[in-house]
Formats: sequence, structure tokens, C-alpha cells
Amino acid sequence: MSDMTHASEREETRLERQTDEGAQQLRPITREMVIAGGGMWPQDDLGDTMIINMGPQHPSTHGVLRLMMELDGEDVLRIKPVIGYLHTGMEKTGEELTYVQGTTNVTRMDYASNFANELVYSLAVERLLDVDVPERARWIRMMMCELSRMASHLLFQATNGMDIGAVSMMLYGWREREEVLRIFEFITGLRMNCNYIRPGGVAADLPDGWQQRILDACDTVCAGVAEYDELLSQNPIWLERTVGIGVITTEECLERSITGPILRSTGFPWDLRKAQPYLPYDEVDFDVIYTSNGDVYDRYRIRLYEILESAKIVRQCVEKMPDGDFRVQDKKLTPPPRARIDESMEALIHHFKLFTEGFKVPAGETYVAIESPRGEIGCYMVSDGSGKPVRMHIRGPSFYNLQSIDPMGSDSLVADAVAIVSSIDPIMGEVDR
Amino acid sequence: MADDPAREPDHESAETEGPAPIADEVAAVVVERFPGSVFAESHGQPVVYVDRSVVVDHLLDGTRRRVDGVEPERFEVVMNFLSHARNRRLRIVCQVPESDPTIASLVPVYPGANFPERESYDLFGITFEGHPDMTRILMPDDWHGFPLRKDDAAARVPVTFKGDPSPR
Amino acid sequence: MGLDQVPHNFVTARLEDLVRWGRRNSVFPATFGLACCALEMMATGAAHYDLARFGMEVFRASPRQADLMIVAGRVSQKMAPVLRQVYDQMVEPKWVISMGVCASSGGMFNNYAIVQGVDQVVPVDVYVPGCPPGPETLMHGILTLHEQIRTGELLRRREASPTGGAGIDLGREPALTTS
Repeated sequence: MSDMTHASEREETRLERQTDEGAQQLRPITREMVIAGGGMWPQDDLGDTMIINMGPQHPSTHGVLRLMMELDGEDVLRIKPVIGYLHTGMEKTGEELTYVQGTTNVTRMDYASNFANELVYSLAVERLLDVDVPERARWIRMMMCELSRMASHLLFQATNGMDIGAVSMMLYGWREREEVLRIFEFITGLRMNCNYIRPGGVAADLPDGWQQRILDACDTVCAGVAEYDELLSQNPIWLERTVGIGVITTEECLERSITGPILRSTGFPWDLRKAQPYLPYDEVDFDVIYTSNGDVYDRYRIRLYEILESAKIVRQCVEKMPDGDFRVQDKKLTPPPRARIDESMEALIHHFKLFTEGFKVPAGETYVAIESPRGEIGCYMVSDGSGKPVRMHIRGPSFYNLQSIDPMGSDSLVADAVAIVSSIDPIMGEVDR
Repeated sequence: MADDPAREPDHESAETEGPAPIADEVAAVVVERFPGSVFAESHGQPVVYVDRSVVVDHLLDGTRRRVDGVEPERFEVVMNFLSHARNRRLRIVCQVPESDPTIASLVPVYPGANFPERESYDLFGITFEGHPDMTRILMPDDWHGFPLRKDDAAARVPVTFKGDPSPR
Repeated sequence: MGLDQVPHNFVTARLEDLVRWGRRNSVFPATFGLACCALEMMATGAAHYDLARFGMEVFRASPRQADLMIVAGRVSQKMAPVLRQVYDQMVEPKWVISMGVCASSGGMFNNYAIVQGVDQVVPVDVYVPGCPPGPETLMHGILTLHEQIRTGELLRRREASPTGGAGIDLGREPALTTS
């Protein structure tokens, strides 16, 4: 209890300074303001602070994130993130699209791991509909989600490496990510924004020969991960730039609703796949990776090993995939197979109705959460009996994780600010929606 | 989302004086602490409807299902809680009228409510009292209107075909 | 070849061909990745769909050193002035590729928050459709741009409309005429 008041006090003094600032302004704590690039430099060295603006167009800000930093020389006193540069009105669009079309909208939020968004939306709709998805569909979903976790963490390795200085990591990370994207194209038809996981199951069954291709992809990715580990994990420059940088504690994380690898790096092994399994995660064997220092190095290590754990899960899915339907066989929810449309008038009509009006969902509200590569992604959905949701809100993990910039970034150096933002791994699509 | 030490006293499983005992012990404690609140269950998740003194996360408006004992207003502010220690979730819903869209802020208790409350203000116009930085977060600073309200248009550009005069 | 009396060590060509060759074979893109299309743009620059074979792997962060702005992703209302500012900071000759349907026309997001086509803000030379366009589609767009630079159509276009398209009057000088 006392620790909590401590943190609140610190937060209060910090928040106090922000009170009369606009959303896109940062006023300095001390008296005079010197803007970089203009004006006379003051002669006194008593620490007039400087305010610089980083972004929204910047190679190291992981999308359009604007950081306003108050500097005292090279030390960062305060960082204020300004977001909204990618606000797409997806929640408003979600209210105008039917439940069948909804996944196309939602999949573009966290665009690095598309299946997580689609899955959470589909689970929310299915809970409101009160339907159970067949076993094969659940295993396919689990496999695709874990593949997308691998793709997202490979993206993290690439961009994190490049931001901290290991520029060749960009090429290596993308090389392995191409393997996973090729699998997505093989199974779903698209490399990204696949719209494969839909309410009721998945869009299509797995094509022939999928087992061997997926196992080969896993082998390639795991070999690549071993290469990154050898390249970076004991590298003295890497250690110098990441160990002890951007430290955050469990309590600070829990206060700010921070989840995912950031929370796990502080020593708190919270993973929704183990705690509240939403897919058959309790039938496969995998570990939750967590460390205890809460710095940038830990988060890099966690995401690196999570790729291997996901590969483990995918291999078990290949082994244990049950037979059965890939979608709920309810004519009011699932469109008929294309071949049937030529034969049966009823099939044609169902197809037409489903793709123009969609299906109706009984009135209700629900909140579903799953573990995306960035943390807990949730969907709060309210329906009113019609074919479109009244309210569709996605709790994007990066939106909350970005609030960790303040405890991590205060009292650090400018170069560390880049490493810190990169280790949070924000995807602005889900921050701004 | 965050643990809740201030709200859950040491393992009291309280029962309310009221119609039926509440199955969920956490919800029971909340209902006891805030008289006038109503418990409901939504698809297996416990939901408590409280008076305006408790805060929330995001809003919705429009028609919805009615719960007995709750006076529906235009806006509902919803807060989802997660207790890591007990591994369970609780949802708290608060009705906010259109005539006076203000509500107390949760930031003094959970600093992490900072961004979501700003988002709620930005998109719906609900002001949170006690929030240190009640400014727009997603829309430009000089935007007029609150986009996610149902009476704010989505501003769709109509579909044009080749040869039509441009809509711009 | 040019001069018959001089048998070797001389090659002649038209100056504008040389200039266009230089311009199209070392276009430096500016990093303007906004959303999902940015990931496909990075994939195009990565090892498998190599952009370096066209001389374009160097993505310059500073617009002052860049020739090409690939607007990759959806442009929101808050981002549009930033987009224009970065475009203005680029030095002539400069080109814009609008990558993806969101940049070309607003894409699937036909609402209050997204600019319905980036050509409302900057003049666009090549539109690349797709959501997101795969690396092969983006490369086709880039090669189309190279072709346009090679035939010099672009300079003629700019001469025709001194505002450089988009109907925005900036009071700029018209581009150099070429024959």
C-alpha cells in the first residue's frame, strides 16, 4: 500500500507540470525555453532546458509517433508522446460495417500481427451469438495466431536492431519474416491483412501439403533466431546499449495497465494464454518467458525466445491437428461452399444475404481479451439485435503500453530514448485506431 | 488491467441485503461498498452498474439491452478490471446523462487511465474531473465535434465514377 | 557513335538522356511509412525483393536528401500538414508515389479521419493499388516511375501546370523546359 502511494506521489508531481499544456505542447519545467535551431544560446550553464521534437516522420519512431522531449544537455528530463497521427476512425467504421465485414476493418489495427485482431473480434461476436466453434477451427486459429506472433517478433528484432545500431538485423529479420508471410499467402491468399479468422471459424480449410511447408518455415525461422542470438546477445556494444536502459518495475506496469513482454520483463509471468486460455493452449506444451530486470535487453531476450516457443506450439499443432469443420455449420452464419451456389437456390440466397446484410447478433455486450504479441488485446462489443455493432472498441495494448515511456524514459539519455521506444514495440495502428 | 488492492478488503465475502445473494464475491463487495448499485451478469462475466461516482473507460450510446434497476442514459462509461491475483475480470458500467457529461476521473488511483480518459473526452465529449491533462489526444487540437457520437456524421465521400465531377 | 575521326575513348549522348539516366537510377526514397504499407515497403527494400538493384535501398530520413516520397499508408487529418511540410522540404526534382489504396483514394476508410487520397495534399506521379500492395506491385510502380523519368514526361507535366498539380498555388517558378 505504501509503495503505491509513493508511485502516485511521483506521478502527481510529474503530472502537475503537464496541467496547463495543450495536447501537442510541452512547456519546460524551468524558466526559459530554448528551441533547437533558433535563438541565441544562453551564456549561463545553469540548466535552461531545451525542448526538441522527434517525429512524427522519423525513421526510428515505429510509425507516426511524435515525442516531445525536454532535454538538459544530453539528459532527457521528460518525454511526452503525442499520438493521433494515424487515427483512422476504425471504431466509427466498425459501426457501419456488418459483422461479416468487421474483421477486414479490425485486422488493420495491429498490422504487424493481423490474426490477433481478427481473433479477438471473432471471439467477441461468437460470444454474443453464443456459438461454439469446431475443434479444427480452433486449432487452425491457434496455429495462425502463433505464426503471426512469430512474424511480429521477427519484425521487432529487425526494427529494434536497426534502431539500436545493428543495421544488418533489418535484413536478417525480414529474411525470416518472408518465410512466415509466404506461409500466410499459401494458406490465406494474402501476405498481410489476411481477413482469415472470421466469426464462426476460419475462411477456408488448410490447403494440401501444409504440414511440410509449415515445418520447413519453422526450421528456417528457428535457425535465424539462433543466428540473432549469436550475433547480439553477448555482443558488448549491444549489452552496453541495452542493459540497464529503460527500467520499469512491476508496480509501475500494473498501475498503467501495461501487459505483454513489458510486464513479463519485470518478473511478473502474466500471459493470457496460460491464465485464461481462449484457444486450446492448455492442450499444447509451451513456456511463458519472463525475466526480472525490466530493461531493454530483457525485452529483446523475451521476444527472441517467444519466437522459439511459438515455433514449438506450431509444430505441436501440425502434429495434433484434428479433423473436422473449419467453420460453424450453421447456414445463417456460414456462407455455403461456392460450388453449391450453382446447384441450390437456397445456397444462393443465403450467400447473397450473408454478404449484403450479414447475420444478426442478439442484443448484449461483452469483453474478450487475448494475448497479442504486444500484450492484452481486447474487444468490447455492444450489439442491439441488428446486423451491425452499436459499439466496437478494441483495447489496443500499445495504447496503454505507450504510457510506460514516462517512467522508462525520464532520466535517460537521448540515444536511450530511441532504444526505449523501440523496446516498447508500439504499433501506431492500434494506438490511434 | 490492474490490480485493485484498495477495493478488495481482506477476503470478506459479503452479501448484500437485497433480492438474491450475488454469486461473485468481488462484485458483492463492490455492490456493498457503493449502495445503489446493481449487479448483473453478461455472458458469464460479472457486471456491476454503479452510480456516477465511479469512473470509466469508454463510452457508448444508443439502444441497448436494459437491466432491471438501472436508469439508462445517453452515455454509458465502461471500465473493465482485471485482477491478476484472483485471475478474474469485473466490469463496471456507469450511466452518464447527455445534459451533464462529466464523471470523476480514475487517474489518482490508476495513472494508466490517463490516455483512455483523454480518448473518451476526445471522441465523445465526456469530461473527467480530476484528470491532469484533459485535452484531445487522437484528433487535431482544433477539431470541432466529437466524432464517435452517433449524431456526428461519419463524413463519407460518395462513390464517384469515371467522368463524374469530382466530389472534392 | 559521334565523331568518326576519333576512333576510341569518346562516347556522345544527349545531355538530357544522361541527366534522366542519372536521375532514375539513383532515386533516394524518403521514409514516409505510415501504416501497414510501410511493412511491405520495408519488405521491398529487404533482401528478398531487393530495391538496391535499382539503386534505391538508401531510404533517407531527411527529406532534404531524398528524391522520392513513397506515401505508404493512410494519411489522417492530423498527419496531412506534416505530409505537406515534408514534401515542401524536399528539393526538386522530386516525385511522389502513392502506395496503397488508402494513400491513393482513402481506401476502405471513407470517413472523417482519413484524407481521401493523398493527391489532395501533394501532387502524385504514380498510384500503386493494393491493400497492402505486395512488393512486386510496388516495384512495378517504381519501375513505372523510372519509365516516366526516362521519357521525360514528368518535366513536361510540370511545365504545363506550374503549381505541380493538386491545384495549390504556391507562387513557384515553372520548371525548366526541355525539348
